[in-house]
Amino acid sequence: MRRIINLRPGRGGIVLWGALPFLAAGVAYALASSARLAANPNDKLLPQLESFAAAIGRLALNPDARTGDYLMWVDTLASLQRLGMGLGVATALALVLGLAIGLIPYVRAGLSPFVGVVSMIPPMAVLPVLFIVFGLDELSKVVLIVFGVAPFLVRDLALKVGDLPREQLIKAQTLGASTWQIVVRVVLPQMLPRLIDAVRLSLGPAWLFLISAEAIAATEGLGYRIFLVRRYMAMDVILPYVAWITLLAFLSDAGLRWVNARFFPWLKAGKGQS
Amino acid sequence: MRTLFKSALVVLTLALPLVMTAAQSPAVAAEKQSFRIAWSIYAGWMPWGYAADSGIMKKWADRYGISVEIVQINDYVESINQYTAGAFDGCVMTNMDALTIPAAGGVDSTALIAGDYSDGNDGVVLKDGKSLAEIKGQDVNLVELSVSHYLLARALDSAGLSERDIRVVNTADADIVSAFVSPDVTATVTWNPQLSEVRKAEGAALVFDSSRIPGEIIDLMVVNTETLKDNPSLGKALVGAWYETLALMRDAGPKGTEALTAMATAAGTDLEGYKAQLATTKMFYTPAEAVAFASSPELVKGMDLVRTFSFDHGLLGEGARTVDAVGIGFPGGTVLGDAGNVKLRFDADYMRMAQEGKL
Repeated sequence: MRRIINLRPGRGGIVLWGALPFLAAGVAYALASSARLAANPNDKLLPQLESFAAAIGRLALNPDARTGDYLMWVDTLASLQRLGMGLGVATALALVLGLAIGLIPYVRAGLSPFVGVVSMIPPMAVLPVLFIVFGLDELSKVVLIVFGVAPFLVRDLALKVGDLPREQLIKAQTLGASTWQIVVRVVLPQMLPRLIDAVRLSLGPAWLFLISAEAIAATEGLGYRIFLVRRYMAMDVILPYVAWITLLAFLSDAGLRWVNARFFPWLKAGKGQS
Repeated sequence: MRTLFKSALVVLTLALPLVMTAAQSPAVAAEKQSFRIAWSIYAGWMPWGYAADSGIMKKWADRYGISVEIVQINDYVESINQYTAGAFDGCVMTNMDALTIPAAGGVDSTALIAGDYSDGNDGVVLKDGKSLAEIKGQDVNLVELSVSHYLLARALDSAGLSERDIRVVNTADADIVSAFVSPDVTATVTWNPQLSEVRKAEGAALVFDSSRIPGEIIDLMVVNTETLKDNPSLGKALVGAWYETLALMRDAGPKGTEALTAMATAAGTDLEGYKAQLATTKMFYTPAEAVAFASSPELVKGMDLVRTFSFDHGLLGEGARTVDAVGIGFPGGTVLGDAGNVKLRFDADYMRMAQEGKL
């Protein structure tokens, strides 16, 4: 029976189908842009594709007239540093707290409700407090990312540790393993790839917090530039920056997936790779 | 292959509405009946909110057989962007933003009403330091590329300093006050109502304010030039409603107090607080004052300073090779910059009609 759920695209078909939405979006943009530009050649909302190239050339390949910096690279470096530090600290916190909460009943009793409550605080709402406590410099931006991402990672890891089959832990104990040995030999190898998957999922929120922090007070960064030029509606800069951020986020996601596949092959053996 | 073609057609059909909405050309010129005007909270713009709420706007719109919707937008820059993109027929903004956002974006705009100029509403505040010269070497938190940035540039000029002597830290206007409490923020430039909050901080000193550059930071009602040309009744209705509201503000009786209190509440302050903000705002309460200001040579001088600053900071856009790229027209035919590309026009005609009682 030819049912629609049984029809599959071939190998070329997959590429074609994947490309179609991108093409449609591109065509839609080009049409809308040319319609607006026909009405007003200086229109800033939907600039033509050539002005993107010009803006990228100006920001990435030519030194800025006022500072002598290559703005796009300075921005990228600053943002990636903040993001890396924020995610790094959050991951480390998750590893320590998540494992302890998931595995050790006393820690769970002590910390689980607290982490649960903290994770419900909307970070953006307490931003003024973060400023006053951590200052307006780099620290508060990194803290905002940590504050936004870490509780999710901690709770996720604690839940996954809790889901470990009891039999594994009991078997390890009958073989004479200490708590430390159980952590290192039984729990960590299973949890590290899951933590990395959770970090992949939190890349989106992490970027969101990064951009928000940079929108509020900064002297460089991808989010800073977007909010700066928004001041005079320079969509020819904003849209390529958005595309660049998307690409960076996509690449870091792909990188983490590769790390998981390369260093923790048993995750894939255990279940389907997500 | 046939199914593929069909599906592709479906995708494109789905994308079509997207194209249509995005292609909506900015403020199609033609005679029309209903208009949308955007405004945001600021001492000199509160009358617009009151004119809408009290029915004064409706009264004037009815007189000319049109309807005018006054929409409050919480984000000032967003309101200008919306106007520039064509979602509104008019919007309140400063002279600098009118030049750098709609005019530089090719949207021919007319400053229909010169409402006021900042006469101390924008200021430079230092935490430890009693004079402007002490700003040297400090980080200065402000909304970059805004009138605050312009005020700072003028302040530095007056002290024989340049932007190289300080470091500008872009800070969102909503967060300036809480940022100033943070220990590593030592200098800021901002406007009211944030300015009055910032000045309350311990040891804070106002070392420069806009009363030193009178008439350079102007608050305008800007409307799309083509829309105005095709619909003069829009201009008449707006100007009429504006001066009726301003007359109420000067009314010493209970009606005036009621109007001022309503504006104060809408601005998030009380009557005293609002009066304090008005004290540092040079309102043009009568059309005669506004006409005189809009026709004065000082306005041309001020706009020349503003456009030079804007060009130096790249705000006139990529197409702008010289400071003259975007022309600015004044009442009486004076033009600054490219006379073939006038995109910002100061107008006194409608205000003069109000002055002569011809509305």
